[in-house]
Amino acid sequence: MLKSEQAIAALVGLIFAAGLAIGGMTMPSKVVGFFDFHEGLSSWDPSLALVMGGGVAVYLPAYLWIRKRGRPLLSPVLEEPKKSAIDGRLLLGAVVFGLGWGLVGFCPGPALASVGAGSWQAVIVVAAMTGGFWLFRWFDGSKA
Amino acid sequence: MENFTPWASLVGGLLIGLASATLMVTRGKIAGVSGIAAKVLSRPAQAGWRVWFMVGLVGGGALMGFVLPSQFAFTLDRSIIALIAGGLLVGFGTQLGSGCTSGHGICGLSRLSKRSFAAVGVFMATAAATVAVVHAALGGAI
Repeated sequence: MLKSEQAIAALVGLIFAAGLAIGGMTMPSKVVGFFDFHEGLSSWDPSLALVMGGGVAVYLPAYLWIRKRGRPLLSPVLEEPKKSAIDGRLLLGAVVFGLGWGLVGFCPGPALASVGAGSWQAVIVVAAMTGGFWLFRWFDGSKA
Repeated sequence: MENFTPWASLVGGLLIGLASATLMVTRGKIAGVSGIAAKVLSRPAQAGWRVWFMVGLVGGGALMGFVLPSQFAFTLDRSIIALIAGGLLVGFGTQLGSGCTSGHGICGLSRLSKRSFAAVGVFMATAAATVAVVHAALGGAI
């Protein structure tokens, strides 16, 4: 691995963390607020939609450019997911993830960034999330 | 909508998009944090560039913790059991579902992937239902 590849990856992670923090996604109450209609529109916080929208607004044209170009600037292959069909695993996985996300207001990126910022709640969530990763590997391995 | 922060959230989203796009444009990799984190936390010796992404993500969090500490406030009423349960569900679910808000939400939607549209729709609806139940049945605390 070239030093430049390491540097790019680290810089990307850093800017990602900055975006999460500035966008408010490292505040679980703000994330939960996007799903909170218990007081109708007054409890609703649409901020997450703008974070997502802002992300797609930059990513989408960049993706179209590289697709048209045929390959990335510094690597031979644009990696794409292999599966294209919607299957039971995808849907069930989305339900399970949505349950956890709605429960604690953290998804992987914000949780990890928050560990860096010293949040003890994030440390617990990331430790448990790691447990979830391992549990899945055990579960999936035994399905072979 | 008293907590709505339109400009900060838009800027945050643009930065996330910039970061993800940079990774894709230069190296052709998908900035799916659940997949990246799982590889680093399960098989770090084989994780390659992903280790450096995580260094940047956690280090970036540390930096932002100094610069914008109020953005890391945790004000939900959640027990330690709830935090553990939530973390387990996020860890397991993202692997089973092949992605999270970055991989499916940003990268997948931008590719017009029908798998990602389905995943995003389902995990958002489920999150909303979960929040509703926590409020209605448990008074907002769990």
